[in-house]
Amino acid sequence: MTAPAGAAGGARGGGPLAGAGPLIDAHAHFYHPRSPRGDWAEVNAARLRAGERIGITYHVASILGSWGASSPVYFPSPADVTAGNDAMYAICEREWRRVRAYVTVNPNHTAHAVAEIARGAARGAVGVKLAASRRADDPLLDPVCEAAARHGFPVLHHVWQHRTREWPSQEISDGADLAALARRHPGVTFILAHIGGGGDYMHTFPAIADAPNVVVDVSGSGVDRGMLDEAVLRLGVERILWGSDVTMETGLAKLMGFEAIRLAAERMALIRAGNALRIFPAGSFPEAATAAAGAAR
Amino acid sequence: MIDVNALIGPYPFRYVPHPDPEVLVHVLAREGLRGAWVGHLPSAFHRDPSAGNAQLYTALAPHAPTLRPVPTIRPDWPRWEDALRAAAGAGAPAVRVYPTLWQLGPHDGRLRELAIACGERRMAVLLTVRFEDLRQRHPLDVAGDLPAAAIRDLARAGAGVRLVVTAAGRELIEEVHWGLTPEEQRRVVWDISWIWGPPEDHLAKLFRAIGADRFVYGTHWPLRLTQAPRANLALLPDDVATAALADPEALFA
Repeated sequence: MTAPAGAAGGARGGGPLAGAGPLIDAHAHFYHPRSPRGDWAEVNAARLRAGERIGITYHVASILGSWGASSPVYFPSPADVTAGNDAMYAICEREWRRVRAYVTVNPNHTAHAVAEIARGAARGAVGVKLAASRRADDPLLDPVCEAAARHGFPVLHHVWQHRTREWPSQEISDGADLAALARRHPGVTFILAHIGGGGDYMHTFPAIADAPNVVVDVSGSGVDRGMLDEAVLRLGVERILWGSDVTMETGLAKLMGFEAIRLAAERMALIRAGNALRIFPAGSFPEAATAAAGAAR
Repeated sequence: MIDVNALIGPYPFRYVPHPDPEVLVHVLAREGLRGAWVGHLPSAFHRDPSAGNAQLYTALAPHAPTLRPVPTIRPDWPRWEDALRAAAGAGAPAVRVYPTLWQLGPHDGRLRELAIACGERRMAVLLTVRFEDLRQRHPLDVAGDLPAAAIRDLARAGAGVRLVVTAAGRELIEEVHWGLTPEEQRRVVWDISWIWGPPEDHLAKLFRAIGADRFVYGTHWPLRLTQAPRANLALLPDDVATAALADPEALFA
């Protein structure tokens, strides 16, 4: 036997594992009773428990319809989209101090998607989650992006880092596809999802380099050495958001990784929360905004 | 703790920053790790790993005993017994094998023969399920993940066999573990480099179901962030937070 498992990770009961200061997870998910998972409540609780340990100030989260129970995860039916969004808003109301919602939409049902965005704005949502239901550069997405612009919402798009072929169960897009959409909507900020979430992130960075309204989130299970360094080098810290998606330990590891490459505190603060404060609607994260303003003074 | 899953040298399918032993020693100190079992990454892809093994021994010698060599041995290569003898002489705690890269099927008798020979020398066999996520692999990287059947077959090869399986996820671990007898289960330990933490809590679930003493610390450096297993352990739920990992240097105790 060797040292206790938890002993490798810093003292329990001390401060947040990610250190002090606001921290916004720009890519989170929750589950609900209509999803196929019997353990949905346990997984939701685990996210909040781990968030407390890490020191997450806000989880910005989405629910993708029924998570496959009655329509596919990435091609949710309008009814499932609405039900999933309602479940997400209910979580926000219960956890209002620390959870914010994306409005999930399936752009193939364009009128429904636009209506859901308006409904989400009224329910306190702070952004739009585009599932991989339609390739990002398709004109069908334009009305959705225009609706996001009307409400000042950023658009988080599930992205495959360099698509070289079709993958089942989703109509996948990559950085080049999203950049094409972003050029048509320069007033909208697009969040390119999970550079650690599969595919070749080294393709993504040059693909979006000339689309300044595209930022990336670092979430995903991938923790390749060199990925963070390259993101900072190729995009700059102003275009990087912190996030976890479905693996919060890799999210924490990436914060540790940024420290290891000796990112200055003020640049780190942008990735942790400053960039999210800039791109989401004003007032979305009051606690983080207050802390950031205090730090700035 | 010891990192059982470290490598030096370049990777053929993407650039890896400074995969050098001097850097690894620095990283281990930063992470609070006592040492590492270190393989030679290019050797996995060489037809004949002999030259890579020689390079590994030379590169690690200035860093003994912090870095211990884990050479690559192909049991389908002539005179592999000589390579095993040299590995034992160099103080290797284990040898690395890559059945899928060598197109050796899960029931290949030559692999079992090597595993038994290693056990007789109190050396473990170190298996790698994957180097990279399936979704990002180079078009020429077609070997595929190590199948559970290959691990089960080696675990059944003999009482003296000890396996260290790296870069496995929960599903594979469970398939192998519950497909072995209790005696065979005790011959296998798993590194934690590729097991998901919260909110899925795969690592915690495995600790509860299988026992933390079936797991060892591994980072998959230089391909992956060394901080990932540290973060994973730090985020364990309270009921398993004090569980103790196995000591890879006591596998034959």
